[in-house]
Amino acid sequence: MRLLIQDVSKTYRDRHGQSVEALAGVTFTVEPEELVAVVGPSGCGKSTLLNMLAGLLAPTGGSVGFEGDLPPGRPPTAMVFQEFALFPWRTVQANVEFGLEEAGLSAAERRAMAGRYLDLTGLAGFERKYPHQLSGGMRQRVGIARALAVDPAVLLMDEPFSALDAQTRQLMQEELLAIRERTRKTILYVTHNIHEAVWMAGRVVVLSRRPGRVLEIVPVELSRPRTESMLGEAVFVQAVERIWALIKSQAREALREGVA
Amino acid sequence: MSATPAVAGDERVIAVADRTRALERREHPLARVLGLLGLLLLWEALTRTGWVPALFLPSPLGVLATGLEMLRSGELLAHLATSLQRILLGFGLGALGGVAVGLTVGVFGLAEAIGNPLIAATFPIPKIALLPLLILWLGIGEASKVAVITLGVFFPMAINTYTGVRHADPQLLRAAVSFGAGRWSVIRKVMLPSALPMIFAGLKLGAGTSLLLLVAAEMIAASSGIGFLILNAQNLMETTTLMVGIVLLSLLGLASHWLLNRLERVAIPWKADA
Repeated sequence: MRLLIQDVSKTYRDRHGQSVEALAGVTFTVEPEELVAVVGPSGCGKSTLLNMLAGLLAPTGGSVGFEGDLPPGRPPTAMVFQEFALFPWRTVQANVEFGLEEAGLSAAERRAMAGRYLDLTGLAGFERKYPHQLSGGMRQRVGIARALAVDPAVLLMDEPFSALDAQTRQLMQEELLAIRERTRKTILYVTHNIHEAVWMAGRVVVLSRRPGRVLEIVPVELSRPRTESMLGEAVFVQAVERIWALIKSQAREALREGVA
Repeated sequence: MSATPAVAGDERVIAVADRTRALERREHPLARVLGLLGLLLLWEALTRTGWVPALFLPSPLGVLATGLEMLRSGELLAHLATSLQRILLGFGLGALGGVAVGLTVGVFGLAEAIGNPLIAATFPIPKIALLPLLILWLGIGEASKVAVITLGVFFPMAINTYTGVRHADPQLLRAAVSFGAGRWSVIRKVMLPSALPMIFAGLKLGAGTSLLLLVAAEMIAASSGIGFLILNAQNLMETTTLMVGIVLLSLLGLASHWLLNRLERVAIPWKADA
């Protein structure tokens, strides 16, 4: 399924009645099986955009939607959260089964589905653990398995690895790409990390600071599967520099403004 | 600080002193037992000297002997059973009602608007002050005693449950909704487990309150129960029997605390070894 984001805008109204424009006229599409990254300076409305796609927020203007057939019982999106958002009272297994419960699957079906994605994300053997017993990297694997288990048309990822240390992050990025190769999932990946965006995505949507607009959509002409050696390739470096050039002055202004 | 310069090779090395000694706090497991035992021994010794008449301070061994005698005659168990029945019924009803009301007020805006001021207005009333009114309404039998305990447990339970529900992590609520959870699912699978630690804190608070109210109610209007036993013993100048009642109450308090702690470990496994 194609993900269509058309002329989307979002205006928040704060307690004092003042309106803050978070997004203004954002338009782009995500093709089936594509991995698109969204980057931008802090406060560019990246998360706002993702929340609208997940149905957690209504756009003020424009529309978000999907083109194509969605088999019944299959959700259009599932989200992987920045701070994991795992249910602490549920075991790894029960966390992964959460979305399947809400979809009304039987216990046996849930177990089979969850088992498949627990294997895929390297969580086999950890089914009975509680989230607090796991490291950050393992917790986010649970977050990814929980989202994949409902078999969404588009996987939404909100800075999924930003709470992890640099080494774990690198490993998790590689694993996510490997999972993508196997599941052929369409992924929209929000991050503030330009290297991460370029290394993982086929295209990078660069947003401006508030109100977020699309500055440019930068294609990344690197073949797949991506390997670590590509980090030194001219194509990679040029894409990173191009995006940083677009964002730099914006990020500096955001920093000076001193608000998130 | 004794940072004695040591010499290693040609260079002078200054050893780093362990500064955590100021924070050191040793545990004394033996002293815990000895302290309690020592007090009992001192008490026994004091009563044996005859300086303090047994009417004012019976000896620990005397209390134990009387307690065993009352246990054998069945008198103690009869009072205990009556009191336990009152407290379990009152505690159970109050806890269930409190959780139900706390959940409703925490979840629904309208219930919050109506319930919050009502609870705030009635919560500060000392519940024992309502006993005469409850006796008037429900009679002098079991119902009024159970009702006053129910009221005493209801408020901490309702307030704690409400607080627990309102402090449910918004991230988790959003995650649940994003995975298709409806309102009922969110209540059952996110809000209720979020509130469980607060609910257990309320149960422990309520257990203490219910013991207090039980004794008060039994002292005011009863012909059985531990509260009656204590007051009656005082009237008859049987100080040893009175002490048996007090010891029994403290054992009840300990038992309820232990039981609730065990229950908490089972009900909140994700906190148990955190």
